Amino acid sequence: MKRASLTVRLQLCLVLLILSFSSSTFSADTPIIAAAASTKFALEEIVKAFHQDSGKNIRVSYASSGNLTRQIQRGAPFELFLSANSRYVELLAQQKKTANTAITYALGHLVLITNRQTKIALDTELKGISQLLQKNSLNRFSIANPAHAPYGIAAQEALKNLKLWEQIRPHLVLGENAAQAAQFSSSGAAQAGLVSYSLALAPALKNSSRFVVIPANLHRPIEQSMVLLNNAGDTAKLFFKYLQGEKAGKILSRYGYTKP
Amino acid sequence: MDWQALTLSIKLSLAALLFLLPIGIIFGRWLAYRQFFGKSLLQTLLTLPLVLPPTVLGYYMLVTFSPTSGLGAWLSSTFDTSLVFNFQGLLLASIIFNLPFAIQPMQRAFAAIPREIRDAAACCGMKPSRVFWKIELPLAWPGVVSAMVLSFAHTLGEFGIVLMVGGNIPGETQTIAISIYDRVQAFDEQSASIMSLSLLLFSILTISFTFWLSMRSEQKYG
Repeated sequence: MKRASLTVRLQLCLVLLILSFSSSTFSADTPIIAAAASTKFALEEIVKAFHQDSGKNIRVSYASSGNLTRQIQRGAPFELFLSANSRYVELLAQQKKTANTAITYALGHLVLITNRQTKIALDTELKGISQLLQKNSLNRFSIANPAHAPYGIAAQEALKNLKLWEQIRPHLVLGENAAQAAQFSSSGAAQAGLVSYSLALAPALKNSSRFVVIPANLHRPIEQSMVLLNNAGDTAKLFFKYLQGEKAGKILSRYGYTKP
Repeated sequence: MDWQALTLSIKLSLAALLFLLPIGIIFGRWLAYRQFFGKSLLQTLLTLPLVLPPTVLGYYMLVTFSPTSGLGAWLSSTFDTSLVFNFQGLLLASIIFNLPFAIQPMQRAFAAIPREIRDAAACCGMKPSRVFWKIELPLAWPGVVSAMVLSFAHTLGEFGIVLMVGGNIPGETQTIAISIYDRVQAFDEQSASIMSLSLLLFSILTISFTFWLSMRSEQKYG
């Protein structure tokens, strides 16, 4: 008895294993591209439109631009890189990881965002936040990690220009990328935050949060740059062109991106 | 529910089992029955992943296998393959961090078999390989199964090392645990909660099953 049940179980395991290996997850024709987390909602729409127009699929891996850069340096199989600033694509170009000249396809913007339930006054110079700081009633303020996320770098620059950086530092909670920072502040886990306009306009956030756009002169331009990487195939090249087209441009402007 | 991530996670867990089963049996049995020079050192090394932060293991794998380093460069030039940001890399990582989960229950199961039984079998003229298949393995089977169940569940849930070594590539390295993280960042609380609840239930089932198994074997042989 014991032996029979043992053999049966082993056979079952083997069958399961064979079944699990026989199905391949994706066709080779579907390129993987790397994109800054802040582009998530706009890019999802563009990928959908691209699929409707060309019949081709794209897989996207989202993270902060700095983290993606490090992954590309270490040999990640991405074919196209959409960075939220131009610095990282320049760095990759210097290291001969890129296949063509980088293009700045749009400019991103910062917003001050908070949950709809809070009573925090939103203004373009962060006076409301500054008052909270003076009253000692600011708890947590979220930005993306300035060490590797472009919107975090821009947020840091804006806070420094507004002379708030030193005061607000003890209250900062750092998101791994702009999307996480937005999640922190829109959910109310942090009272407010500086995140990308493109995320604030996402359908999922529109109903739960309030925001105000920060003037672009408070930080260096947040240049949305893209570049093809060394192993780029035809579909990735096609998508690179598609992103510069009219349809993609319309979607980008709906998500708050402006022309460079 | 992200079915693609779930399928990938199950595939990864099963593939890891395929390697961990023989590794666990061989090392578990060896450590249970043999005394040899450096045994405690080997045991320390095999238990290390239990306490080592997964990000430490992830960091060393990234450093070792990135195409710019020695071993990674050799792999890519000789076999045109890589062990970071793809399924094979995740598989290797899963095997390494599951070593203690696979080996320890098996080692204990083999050690629990009374010496007299094995001696009696040998006295009756059974060949060592026959003793292994007919006596040892059936007796150690509950330990083997609980080791497999634990490794399976552990692979399903691992996060840090998967994110570091695998990146977050849908259909390639985006496992269910990563997908939950991803969904939360995409403000998709609904999917995140469904997936979290499924994993919670699965974990409860796993633990209940291993407890039931050890209880049953205690009643039987204890």
